[in-house]
Amino acid sequence: MRDIDCKQITETVSNLFQEACVYLPEDVLAAIKQARQSEESPVARDVLGRILENVDISSKEKIPLCQDTGSAVVLLELGQEVHITGGDLYTAINEGVRQGYDKGYLRKSMVHQPFSARVNTKDNTPAIIHTDIVPGGKLKISVIPKGGGSENCSRLTALPPAKGRQGIIDFVVNLVDESGSNPCPPIVIGLGIGGTTDKTMALAKRALLRKVGEPNPDPEVAELEREIMQQVNNLGIGPMGYGGKITALAVHAEVFPAHIASLPVAVNIQCWCDRHKESIL
Amino acid sequence: MAKKVSLPLTDEALKDLRAGDNVLLTGIMYVARDSAHKRIIETLDQGKTLPFDINGQTIYYMGPSPARPGQVIGSAGPTTSGRMDSYAPRLMSTGLKGMIGKGNRSQAVKDAIKKYKAIYFAAIGGAGALISKSIKKAEVIAYEDLGAEAIRRLEVENFPATVINDIYGGDLYEEGKAKYQVKV
Repeated sequence: MRDIDCKQITETVSNLFQEACVYLPEDVLAAIKQARQSEESPVARDVLGRILENVDISSKEKIPLCQDTGSAVVLLELGQEVHITGGDLYTAINEGVRQGYDKGYLRKSMVHQPFSARVNTKDNTPAIIHTDIVPGGKLKISVIPKGGGSENCSRLTALPPAKGRQGIIDFVVNLVDESGSNPCPPIVIGLGIGGTTDKTMALAKRALLRKVGEPNPDPEVAELEREIMQQVNNLGIGPMGYGGKITALAVHAEVFPAHIASLPVAVNIQCWCDRHKESIL
Repeated sequence: MAKKVSLPLTDEALKDLRAGDNVLLTGIMYVARDSAHKRIIETLDQGKTLPFDINGQTIYYMGPSPARPGQVIGSAGPTTSGRMDSYAPRLMSTGLKGMIGKGNRSQAVKDAIKKYKAIYFAAIGGAGALISKSIKKAEVIAYEDLGAEAIRRLEVENFPATVINDIYGGDLYEEGKAKYQVKV
């Protein structure tokens, strides 16, 4: 048994959100630099250049990369040997969100009663929390300040299993085509395949945490990722939709077994500003 | 080379702008997004006066992050314009000349842009830190209770944007995509 105090969790969550909103992860930055080199369109290269300039200003002056500092998505891997002390885990996380969004001058974007009054909760809570219980005595906290524009382009479908691989490719490529410039390309595509509908959405979200461009360890899945990536980049949408060769920086697919009647597929689209940060307690 | 354009826009200036042109905007623009648009339309429906004279003006679809002490504004990049599509033609019919945001517009909006000789610019989504540097003054002028969604009046200098839809029916999203699409 290992004790982890709620105060430490709150402080960690607060810091993670503040940092994630001003520092772009190294792997994402490298992917954007690479895109700028391989992009054929001069207009698109100019856009990527200004994006890199933005990243620089943001990190130096601590101005959020994007004004949409997102819904506070928190993914936990909680070791089963861990004992949380000094309060309850989810309250501690929400307190971390409250403090981080205040101290970091981050925008509070959550509204109550989303179908009617839409009154701002004023502290960006509640966080969206997903918890996996894992072996061991550590707590891994991953945060994704998830922008609304790209999130709105995400989709779920229940394909007839007969549609198979090609059905998945068509669904993703059509979705990206339809989304066009809306999700702020070049995008990262989180793809969930299998499970039940709720499971596959969660897989798609978690896929966004993978290092950009790192293929799935299963060669068949990696090949599917490559094919989707190529077809998406053939669409010509390009950075910010102004036309170009690079519409996606990466496709990350995660697969789970499914029911004999089902082939659920979920896409969670992430903007170029692919913000996330992790910490292990 | 980016074209320098003054705000408010003039009909004369719009004749010179084509889809794909990079521009640097200098002058006054107003900030409004989802909730502010809803209220503006409700105000028009009630026959009341709007909090600012919309005639000839430009609206920037944006909701900034809070300014740190000493800053004019926080991060200030565009939001997705499509959510304002149901309101935009009505506003153009009452004199709105320019819109700044990011992302696709509906056919109805594109038709209205041509009909009313207006323009749609995109700013780079996610580049809120960079864009904030061109904002020299920001003040909330209405709907303060909406927080990040309140209507703001901005004074900008060399605000970077790109023409998406011009008065001639040009559309950079369609033209750019067609140029780089690979048909298999």
